[in-house]
Amino acid sequence: MSTPSNVPLDSRPPVVAPPNTAATRPMYWSIRRELWENRSITIAPLAVAALVLFGVLISTIGLPRKMRTLPTLDPARQHAVVVTPYCMAPAPIILTTFLVGIFYSLDALYGERRDRSILFWKSLPVSDLTTVLSKASIPLVVLPLIGFTLGLVVQHILLLVSTAVLLGNGVSPARLWAEFRFFQDPLVTFYGLTVHVLWFAPIYGWLLLVSAWARRTPVLWAALPLLGVAIVEKLALNTTHFASLLRYRVEGAIEEAFVVKPQHGSVGIIDQLSQLDPARFLSTPGLWIGLALAAAFLAAAVRLRRHKEPI
Amino acid sequence: MACIEARGLRKTFGTTVALDGVDLRVEEGRILGIIGPNGAGKSTALHAFLGLIHYQGELKVLGRDPWTERDQLMSDVAFIADVAVLPRWIRVSEVLDYLAGVHPRFDRGKAEGFLAKTGIGRASKVRELSKGMVTQLHLALVMAVDARLLVLDEPTLGLDILFRKRFYDSLLNDYFDRRRTIVVTTHQIDEIQDVLTDFVFVDRGRIVLECSMEAFEARYLEVIVNPEHAGAARALRPIHERQLLGRSILLFDGADRRQLAALGDVRTPGIADLFVAVMGREAGEAKGAAA
Repeated sequence: MSTPSNVPLDSRPPVVAPPNTAATRPMYWSIRRELWENRSITIAPLAVAALVLFGVLISTIGLPRKMRTLPTLDPARQHAVVVTPYCMAPAPIILTTFLVGIFYSLDALYGERRDRSILFWKSLPVSDLTTVLSKASIPLVVLPLIGFTLGLVVQHILLLVSTAVLLGNGVSPARLWAEFRFFQDPLVTFYGLTVHVLWFAPIYGWLLLVSAWARRTPVLWAALPLLGVAIVEKLALNTTHFASLLRYRVEGAIEEAFVVKPQHGSVGIIDQLSQLDPARFLSTPGLWIGLALAAAFLAAAVRLRRHKEPI
Repeated sequence: MACIEARGLRKTFGTTVALDGVDLRVEEGRILGIIGPNGAGKSTALHAFLGLIHYQGELKVLGRDPWTERDQLMSDVAFIADVAVLPRWIRVSEVLDYLAGVHPRFDRGKAEGFLAKTGIGRASKVRELSKGMVTQLHLALVMAVDARLLVLDEPTLGLDILFRKRFYDSLLNDYFDRRRTIVVTTHQIDEIQDVLTDFVFVDRGRIVLECSMEAFEARYLEVIVNPEHAGAARALRPIHERQLLGRSILLFDGADRRQLAALGDVRTPGIADLFVAVMGREAGEAKGAAA
């Protein structure tokens, strides 16, 4: 694709973009820019999705036997035995998106200062606010959407392949399809994802703030101050309020947003719509304090990006 | 209308004074060279014009305050901060898409036209391009922006002479139209002498000399004299003297051309020679003041 330089510029097809840049265009292009720079945002979840597919597909070898012996099991456990591989499939993918979000956030406002490209980005009419919001939207919007969509796609591929395997072995897939809840399970996943993203927002905000501030090793600057406060509190007052606050920030979304019924001792499974408790979640002070903190961290990151020089 | 107007511009980093009360007025349609030794405050001044740093004093660029109105200002200003700031991971096609997306005054066709004259492929990443090509790419990008002010901070640092020559040629031929304003800093003073319309010498955060090229050519003369005329020439109070192959080269400020012609070959000096003369004097004064 090369434009001969002697072609008059007027002969080009009319440009789609309006001459005045709409307010959302810099945001849209800034997010695309992040996706170009950080291929891991899409590649890492895709790779994990492929691994999950691979693993579960191998397990379908035993599927016909499992379905034949199903009626011999305790009826209470039959549902779980059938759907567990499909329900668990999105989990590693979504977990990956959270991890990618953490590493992305730590580098987002640090890398551009380290390689001095911030001087190029700042030569363009894109405000610091737009830039920081576009970067924050990666862990808060883009990655969760990727995780959710990929999880759903993987589930359905698995269902189709399992059906084919069962049919090939002369076993009816009717039971499988009956246990598979096409609407309810994605809804539970979506709800779980949303409450976690909202709950984790201050974590991402903190990481972005540190990446806008640190002159080197943002990982250490993000972790050590928190650890330091916890240690000093323990030594000075022999209390662990700060540490439990941190733990609450990591684990709290499950307690506050779901009604978890203890099952078989340790891990509870969430598979009923009645276990979702959005009203309680929305009335949890921890949610709103966290969101306020996230906003404050992002505002500080915007200010820092404006003042800081390349490293 | 003035493109840049600074009064009492000051900037300190800790105890270091980078800009020590700079007064400067750059009219629209000029090409100003900011010339000074390392650490003189050139880049700091440019960063202040671009709203990249906070400063004290008064500053208006295109009628706007660069610090508080930076976002709006950037629609009318393009700059190359130095040769190495294009992100290394980006593809040529991506940077074109991005600029077309975010910049209301970017003309993609124009940029593609400039690129077609170079060997730069659309699918290349910046990290795969040579230093010279990266500079060509950056220049193609900024020249496709219909800006009123273009700021270049050492744009050709580390490039060979062919690239540097081509860089300024295309800047003059394909970009400059006497409505735009260009501000450039560089160490390769001689190469941009024919490009500039004005220049300032900066030293230790202050403007030491401010001069248009017309005034420079009318005011400063250099005469090459043989040893037998050296005494007579020195009596006319040159501002600088250097020796070359047994002859003396003397630089005069506001001397009579006919009077000098009687002593040897008279010519217009290079800005670099004036720079050496002025900076040498500055250094001498500083030493005198310290002693």
